[in-house]
Amino acid sequence: MSSVQIRDVRKSFGNFEVLHGVSIPIEDGQFVVLVGPSGCGKSTLLRMLAGLENITSGTISIGDRVVNNVQPKERDIAMVFQNYALYPHMTVGENMGFSMKLRGESTEEINKRVKRAAEILALSPLLERYPRQLSGGQRQRVAMGRAIVRDPQVFLFDEPLSNLDAKLRVAMRTEIKELHQRLKTTTVYVTHDQIEAMTMADKIVVMHDGIVEQMGTPLELYDKPDNQFVAGFIGSPSMNFLKGHVRVNGVATFEGPNGVKLPLQNAPAASDGRPVVYGVRPEHFTIADDGADAEIVVVEPTGSETQVFAKLGGEQVVAVFRERHQFNPGDKVKLKPDPSVIHLFDEATGKRV
Amino acid sequence: MAVMAESAVAQVKRSSLWTRAFESRNFLGAMFMVPAIAILILFLAYPLALGFWLGMTDTKIGGAGRYIGFQNFVSLSKDSVFWLSVFNTIFYTVAASAVKFAIGLYLALLLNERLPFKSMVRAIVLLPFVVPTVLSAIAFWWIYDSQFSIISWVLIKAGLITRYIDFLGDPWNARWSVVAANIWRGVPFVAITLLAGLQTISPSLYEAANLDGATNLQRFRHITLPMLSPIIAVVMTFSVLMTFTDFQLIYTITRGGPINSTHLMATLSFQRAITGGNLGEGAAISNAMIPFLVAAILLSFFGLQRSRWQQGGRD
Repeated sequence: MSSVQIRDVRKSFGNFEVLHGVSIPIEDGQFVVLVGPSGCGKSTLLRMLAGLENITSGTISIGDRVVNNVQPKERDIAMVFQNYALYPHMTVGENMGFSMKLRGESTEEINKRVKRAAEILALSPLLERYPRQLSGGQRQRVAMGRAIVRDPQVFLFDEPLSNLDAKLRVAMRTEIKELHQRLKTTTVYVTHDQIEAMTMADKIVVMHDGIVEQMGTPLELYDKPDNQFVAGFIGSPSMNFLKGHVRVNGVATFEGPNGVKLPLQNAPAASDGRPVVYGVRPEHFTIADDGADAEIVVVEPTGSETQVFAKLGGEQVVAVFRERHQFNPGDKVKLKPDPSVIHLFDEATGKRV
Repeated sequence: MAVMAESAVAQVKRSSLWTRAFESRNFLGAMFMVPAIAILILFLAYPLALGFWLGMTDTKIGGAGRYIGFQNFVSLSKDSVFWLSVFNTIFYTVAASAVKFAIGLYLALLLNERLPFKSMVRAIVLLPFVVPTVLSAIAFWWIYDSQFSIISWVLIKAGLITRYIDFLGDPWNARWSVVAANIWRGVPFVAITLLAGLQTISPSLYEAANLDGATNLQRFRHITLPMLSPIIAVVMTFSVLMTFTDFQLIYTITRGGPINSTHLMATLSFQRAITGGNLGEGAAISNAMIPFLVAAILLSFFGLQRSRWQQGGRD
């Protein structure tokens, strides 16, 4: 186990820079999730950490050692690939013991470690099988077993669950988190799925277009997003955004599209007339008599909650209620956001106000 | 309801035998196979059977032969030229195939890396395959010429030898020379096919092996070679079959000389049957190639049997 320091790392492919100076401190034993839309550079960063891509500038250190020029095999890391990259001509056991075999360890030692890893992952009955004879979830576990056997300083996961079906994905999510709690190995996990990030991470790093938008614990990001991108990326369904202006006439209010008025707890200083984006999470709407007029468009009951799409000041918003409201499209309702948990962003920069 | 069901049954009964035959999967399947089987019988099985028969007769050009049983084979077994051609064929096949595999694999590995002008290099590698065999054979004939050989000329200019090499006049020189020509011609096929095989190996396997601590040599030994083995089996079977039955190169460069030392079974068969007029004997020599070819095919058949790791899942 060790800490990992990523300092001002840049990456260019030819003249095209994909990472524009990324710094991420990772503590020993932490589970860090890099999350962002495709093309944000998260996988590239992970591959640089693994040593599969060169570092254009900046430094990456594992423990106290700068690894910029250290060969992948000498970095003492293990990686789980998106397609698992299992050796098809080797059995599960051989796949898991391959790294030890290359290091020239004794057969007994290899068998012992493979057996232990197989027990942790419930792979013991499958050790003689070939990857082709396994289901997706089993292959996924073999890929993790291969990493565990190594007993590395750092685990790297590159979108490991994206090839699994929805149900299995949820199960494996828990399994990976359990595994981390048990082994306490520093882990860097890349995903584009913010739910995976929220549920698994000690620390989430939200990346976008080659920069870090924000990092913090899952709830920090959820409750206090630094900017509009993070606010929209974290949370499902996404946060609603309405463009408008702050009005301070005794009481601070937000004046949205088509004159719709929404409450503000307190206006930012000297902000009368300031153009802002008003962000409200779907679950922070309530139906109240002093709410703003809205018209129901679509109602999606999921059983545990009701998702309501409505037009608010001409803009479509989504609201989520725990109650089972009986709405029909076209119904008029009064929606009121909870002013204590709304978010204001500067319209020009997208930064939190 | 009942009335409708009855009328449906009647409909089925009324439809003709012909229509029903075409609705049967088995009959239809057989019909679809008829053209392929006809072609195979007409152009493959029949000539082969005719060749077998011819080998059992004393047919000469211009006269119908009569059946003489295995007499041709008995006389061939006492014929030192025939046995020399068997030796030549095996030597030619083994030597050329081994080197073709080595060079082909090397080129394929090279072309699988990032290279400048990769597509151009790939085109150049394919070149020997594109040139008509007889033309390249004539080129080799000049290259090996006892007076005008460019190899001898270069070596003399470089001061490495003092006399022109008699490439095609000495038995062993001639054997190695035709082997070299065959290698030049056969390498592209091996290289390009193996390259296709290499490109099917997922790069992430190499990355995983890299992280697992494999050196370049270990990656080749533990990933490339086992993953490539099915393709190697196919390529080498084809290569061995094509080399074993080679005719054009030898016939154009040496005509089997000097003193039969480069005669392959195919060229000897042609010489005895067409040039010499003994169709029966020539056919017998051709037939004698069959056991060797069957052995090669069987070998690759067992080699080709999908290894356990290639087979699909049971669940």
